Amino acid sequence: MNTYTRTAKALHWLIALMIFAVFPLGLYMHDLKLSPVKLQLYSYHKWAGMTVLLLVIVRLLWRITHRPPALSLPRLQQIASNAVHHLLYVLMFAIPLSGWLMSSAKGFQTVLFGILPLPDLLAKDKVLGHTLENVHQSLNYLLLLLVAVHIAAALKHHFIDRDQVLTRMLPKS
Amino acid sequence: MNKHIITSLLLLAAGSVQAVEYNQLQAAQSALTFGYKQMGVPLTGKFNKFSAQVSFDPAKLAKAQAHIDVVLASIDTGSTDADEEVAGRQWFNAKTYPLATFTSSGVTALGGNRYQATGKLSIKGRTMDVTAPVTFQSEGNRGVFDGTFNIKRLAYAIGEGEWTDVSTVADEIQIKFHLVVLAAPVKK
Repeated sequence: MNTYTRTAKALHWLIALMIFAVFPLGLYMHDLKLSPVKLQLYSYHKWAGMTVLLLVIVRLLWRITHRPPALSLPRLQQIASNAVHHLLYVLMFAIPLSGWLMSSAKGFQTVLFGILPLPDLLAKDKVLGHTLENVHQSLNYLLLLLVAVHIAAALKHHFIDRDQVLTRMLPKS
Repeated sequence: MNKHIITSLLLLAAGSVQAVEYNQLQAAQSALTFGYKQMGVPLTGKFNKFSAQVSFDPAKLAKAQAHIDVVLASIDTGSTDADEEVAGRQWFNAKTYPLATFTSSGVTALGGNRYQATGKLSIKGRTMDVTAPVTFQSEGNRGVFDGTFNIKRLAYAIGEGEWTDVSTVADEIQIKFHLVVLAAPVKK
C-alpha cells in the first residue's frame, strides 16, 4: 500500500502534537508577569523544545534512510511540495536550536527536565541574546505560516483532489 | 657605651616597627556575587554597589573588624525583569530596607592563609549569625579576601507569598565575596 512507515507516521504526529503545544505556550509565557509559574512554564517550554529537537534529529535520520511513498503530482505542485517540506524540516531543527542558543546567550542554561544540564553553546551576551530572541520569534512565525500552508494543502488533496496524500499519513492507512 | 648604642637601636627599631593593617577597600576591584538554582538551573548574579570598612592585621586577629553595607537595589541578576522583581516588596523590599549589612564579631585563624569570620548578617530587618571561611592573600600593601558562605533566603523572608516556593527558586543562596583592601601602615 502507498503509505508511510509506522515510524514516519508516529514521528510526524508526535512532533506535530508537540509543536501545537509548545508554540502557544511560548506565546503565552512570554507576556506573563514574572512569577514562579512563569519560571516553570519557561522550563517546560525549553524541555519540550529540546525533546522536539531530539525527535526531529531521529526523524531526519529516518527520512534519509527511508524513501517516502511515491506520489505523482503536477510538476509545479511537486516543486512547491518539496520546498515546503524542506523548509519545515529546516525550521523544526532551527527553531529549538535557536531557542537553545538564545538561552545560552541570555545566561539561562537549559537543564533538561531539571536533571540533565545541556552545554551552553554560546557565552553570555545580552545583545546577542536579544537578537536570538528575535530570530527565534521570526522563525516561529514563518513556521506558523508554513504549517498553515501544509495543512491547507493536505485538506485540498483530501477534499478537492480526493487523492491519498492525506490518508497515507493517517495512523490507520 | 656599647650597651647604650644597643639600647638606642632597640628603641629606634621598636619605634619604627609598623603594623600592617589592611583597611582601604578598593571597591572597583572587589566583587560581591551570589549563586542559586532556579528550576534546577545554576544561576549567578552580583551586587554592583557595596561599601566596606575593614581593618585587618594578620598579626592582631583579635582586633580584626569588618562592616559591609550592600545596596540591595544595585542587584544584577542578569535580567531586568528579575532585578525589578527582587527589589520589590516580596523580595528585598529595598525601599524600606535599602541595605544588607554584615558586621563581624570575630576572626579566627585556621592555619596558613585561611581564616574563619563570624558575624551578623542583617537583611530586611532580620539578623542571623553567619560564619564564612575566608582566605587572605597579600602582596605588598594589597590584600585580597575571598570567602563563600550560604544563607537560606526564606530565613530573611527574601521571597514572600508565591515566591516561598523553593522548587522554582531554591532556598539556598551562595554568597561569594572578593574584597581587595590596601594596607596603610599604622605606627605602633
